Amino acid sequence: MTPSDYEYLRKFLKERSGLDLSADKQYLVESRLLPLARKSSLAGIPELVAKMKGNAEALTAEVVEAMTTNETFFFRDKIPFDHLREAVLPALAQARAARRSLRIWCAASSTGQEPYSIAMCLKEAGPLLSGWRTEIVATDLSQAVLEKSKAGLFSQFEVQRGLPIQLLVKYFTQNGELWQISSELRGMVQHRQLNLMQDFSHLGTFDIIFCRNVLIYFDQNTKVSIFERMSRMLEPDGVLALGAAESVVGITNTFKPYPERRGLYRPNVAPVIRVGAGAGVGASTLVPQTLRAAASAR
Amino acid sequence: MRTCLVVDDSSVIRKVARRILEGLDFQIVEAEDGQKALEVCKRAMPEAVLLDWNMPVMDGYEFLGNLRRMPGGDAPKVVFCTTENDVAHIARALHAGANEYIMKPFDKDIVTAKFQEVGLL
Repeated sequence: MTPSDYEYLRKFLKERSGLDLSADKQYLVESRLLPLARKSSLAGIPELVAKMKGNAEALTAEVVEAMTTNETFFFRDKIPFDHLREAVLPALAQARAARRSLRIWCAASSTGQEPYSIAMCLKEAGPLLSGWRTEIVATDLSQAVLEKSKAGLFSQFEVQRGLPIQLLVKYFTQNGELWQISSELRGMVQHRQLNLMQDFSHLGTFDIIFCRNVLIYFDQNTKVSIFERMSRMLEPDGVLALGAAESVVGITNTFKPYPERRGLYRPNVAPVIRVGAGAGVGASTLVPQTLRAAASAR
Repeated sequence: MRTCLVVDDSSVIRKVARRILEGLDFQIVEAEDGQKALEVCKRAMPEAVLLDWNMPVMDGYEFLGNLRRMPGGDAPKVVFCTTENDVAHIARALHAGANEYIMKPFDKDIVTAKFQEVGLL
């Protein structure tokens, strides 16, 4: 791969998917795209790039998919799901007792292990959410991974990474060499293709957003934009879960860490300031700086 | 250092398991069938057992039943590691007191995930 081919791919992937490849990731591009080039009967990356430049839309879509499909497994990192069971669901069950419904967005859901892990947590919550309307919206850039997720079919290798054996027996049936998650759990998850670079406000408002191990691939400005747009879609007492290596700290003040629950964040809610009625001291400490400045200028 | 008893009639599987588990900081004791594994447990109860199902003399299922009836035999975390990969066998193993279940073939990622699941890592 020539330096100019790599630069072309970097720029293309940044524009199409937000993927921010540093200058030293040629090996990653080669390992992901060489199999695609060969599958397309092309000799190598230079030929692949030449064909992409010739407006081969189907091929460019495959390039994006090959570069953005990332590893996933059931209950990845374990801790966020412990937090969900121990703190988030009990708190939201109390707060939504009148409404009896929960909406959860799993952004960059890949082949389904994460949304189905969440679905299993909801089922395992038992009486806490019994009779509730629970909706998990799973989105991903790649249509191919969404199709795999929808089918709910996993290899023997996939069901052995992170999935406790008791849950395998309880929620899956054996289908030849594969294991299929139950139709009930599949029915809890809606799948939609979505590019996080583009507007996602049409998805509505959520109580919980899982956006794990995807923002690490975006540049700073894109991260800020995604966090700000997500904060507008999360209920004021909702929760954002990020990956183990991700944080909002130093990027945005639209979220703040969830107390004593690493990896979880809450919206930095601005309470209503009654101008003239005197905003309380306690309340004003919660108001973001920009709003405080605007209020005090009146 | 914690001890893991690897029970399998295949010396190749025992060797592969030993290499993986030593990499996870376990001291390894080996046994080639359930009877020999029970003798190991009588001498010193291990913290973990990686257990094959089909073995001569005494199979893994029978070993597990005997282990759980021994004084202190409820303590070890038992992870089956077998080619018996159907729901009926898994359900039987769990009912008999297995903590986790690995369907062969396995690799380091799977062993690590399963040992984490039962709190051994």
